Amino acid sequence: MKKLLTVSLLGLAMAAGSAQARDYDHVRFGVDVPYEPMEYRTPEGELTGFDIELGNALCEEIGVTCEWIEQEWDGIIPGLLSRKYDAIMSSMTINDERRATVLFSDPYITPPSAWFAPEDTEIDEPSTEALDGMTIGVQRGTLQDNYVTDHYGDVADISRYSTADDMVLDMEAERLDIVFLDFPVGKSTLLDSDEREYKVVGEMITEPKEYFGDGFGIAFRPRDEALAERFNEALATLKEDGTYDEIYKRYFEE
Amino acid sequence: MEQLNQWLAGLLEGNVIFTPQTLAYYWDGLVTTTQLVFLSLLIGLILAVPLAILRGSKHRWIKLPVYFYTYVFRGTPLLVQLYIIYYGVVFVDGIQESFLWPLLREAFYPALIAFTLNTAAYTTEIFHGAIKATSRGEIEAARAYGMSQALTMRRIILPSAFRRALPAYGNEVIFMLHASAIASVVTLMDITGAARFVYARYYAPFEAFIFAAAIYLCLTFAILYLFRYLEKRLLAHLKPLSGN
Amino acid sequence: MLDLQGYGPRLLEGAGVTIQLAVLSLILAVLLGLLTASAKMSRSWLLHRTATLYTTLIRGVPDLVLMMLLFFGGQMGLNLLTDKLYDQFGVDWYIDLNAFVAGVITIGFIFGAYMGETFRGAFMAVDHGQIEAAKAYGMGSWLVFRRIRFPLMMRHALPGLSNNWMVLLKTTALVSVIGLTDMVRVAAEASRATHEPFTFLIPVAVIYLLIASVSEWIFARLQKRYNVGFGEH
Repeated sequence: MKKLLTVSLLGLAMAAGSAQARDYDHVRFGVDVPYEPMEYRTPEGELTGFDIELGNALCEEIGVTCEWIEQEWDGIIPGLLSRKYDAIMSSMTINDERRATVLFSDPYITPPSAWFAPEDTEIDEPSTEALDGMTIGVQRGTLQDNYVTDHYGDVADISRYSTADDMVLDMEAERLDIVFLDFPVGKSTLLDSDEREYKVVGEMITEPKEYFGDGFGIAFRPRDEALAERFNEALATLKEDGTYDEIYKRYFEE
Repeated sequence: MEQLNQWLAGLLEGNVIFTPQTLAYYWDGLVTTTQLVFLSLLIGLILAVPLAILRGSKHRWIKLPVYFYTYVFRGTPLLVQLYIIYYGVVFVDGIQESFLWPLLREAFYPALIAFTLNTAAYTTEIFHGAIKATSRGEIEAARAYGMSQALTMRRIILPSAFRRALPAYGNEVIFMLHASAIASVVTLMDITGAARFVYARYYAPFEAFIFAAAIYLCLTFAILYLFRYLEKRLLAHLKPLSGN
Repeated sequence: MLDLQGYGPRLLEGAGVTIQLAVLSLILAVLLGLLTASAKMSRSWLLHRTATLYTTLIRGVPDLVLMMLLFFGGQMGLNLLTDKLYDQFGVDWYIDLNAFVAGVITIGFIFGAYMGETFRGAFMAVDHGQIEAAKAYGMGSWLVFRRIRFPLMMRHALPGLSNNWMVLLKTTALVSVIGLTDMVRVAAEASRATHEPFTFLIPVAVIYLLIASVSEWIFARLQKRYNVGFGEH
């Protein structure tokens, strides 16, 4: 009985293994939605955004079909490692902490982080004194969360959200004094919002590298080096033939 | 003692997750959870007693609104109630200018309101059931002594109903403790909030959530023993005589 | 009229997810509950202890924490297992534990503990004379279970079962927090996008009340059926 179980389990494993061949012809991406304009849904439920369009174009270039699987941010790396999907393309910043667990492609975009606050804010420049007693919004488990927790955790109240949308809603409800976000996301959800007037406070932030890393990359399981290489090549091609610029313009220059 | 300290130090050494910082998060989480649960139970209890009496009223238009309230709050998930109150309060006209805003702006008070209304609904039904179960003889005896309706309620019905409600109320207290774990979805750093933070930062689900689960387990047992003790003291007269 | 701003179909889909999730979890919970009840009444020390540990642990910890532990931790555990398989045998195997399956397993697992208590109480309430009478008629133990113990037990278990179902139904809302698109998640998402929380959350509350009312009616009918022969209750 035991033997039978082992044999059938191995058979099952082999069958599943062969369906999931080493050279991929189908790539499943994990993505945390919504994160406008990088990845979000239209009211009809259609998935769109810079990551999505670029990812689809890359797949086409490589000659694989791709599929997008939604995953909350705080479970996104474990999901990759447990093979729920084969790659993460979800505004993930390349940094050393993450390099220890996943393999990154070349960076495909390098946006800074920025502080956003209402137009009439009293904060001129984010500092320990200026943020004393303020409520800061961040998305849970992001590098912005780590940065704010380590630098201002002792003086300010930090509200952590599952999605950027939650945070924006609480900003509009005047529950937050200031938020710290990837710049493109803050721009499209706050600066371009018509509910209230917002502004960027202080400089765009890209340092220290230990937090802010080297731009956004596609994350793979460490053993999928060949797959990462194929994506790197495709990215170079798309940048050359103008496809990349075309997608970029659609989301960042309107 | 010294050995114990050394053993603990050795255990904590080389672990990156349970640093003083994360332990402080769990501690703050414990404080938040305790405050939230204790306050909502206390206020809920104060609301539930008159509501339970009204719920048993003979007049339709007194009884029905209370029934409607308990039906809605017991029939829908607490999470939905929390969302409605947390997000909805913002849309009350002029709320941001009112004196209440400094309170409602924090996640704590909307959560407290949601939890209080929820537990008050359950507690009302528990008390209502207990009041209904009062034996007719007791009431008739009180009446025969010339007690008024209000006095009968205060002296006879309520004291015995409280005792009868005790086991069910103990369950409700534990239920509230467990239900409070959803406070973390509206940014409150309760015990679960601390665990989610630790999980997201270190990708360590087992450590983060098992530690939180252990804290809840201890709290649950503490409540369980408290109620068992209370039952022993207050319900002693219902026990069979010893020596049987 | 109710204007759901294009979210209507997704909200309905979400309601479908909620109902499927609740029903499948209930089935799993009832099966686990029967197993647990038998284990608790068994003479085996080990079975009894395991079942007690299971019910105590589950009932002492919040559903949401258990859900996160099983959902996130389960993923990590599977991950370790499949990595081992790869390193030792070279098989690249993955188990696709999607959020729905994880939700059913977690809720079923949690409510199995509550059901276990309900069933144990109900089995013990069955009049022993009835079982002895059945045995005296020469019925085998399976037949006794099917024809006598189970129906008699159900009469006592139904109120608890109905109560557990109501709590389970509301617990399904928690899966929205771990990423499953049930109706609460759709409503929360729509509230944030449109800034109109009442438009979406109130209909969701009404749907829960509707499901609760319909199930109350069904349980009342069932209770009547199982009470046949016991007079009015």
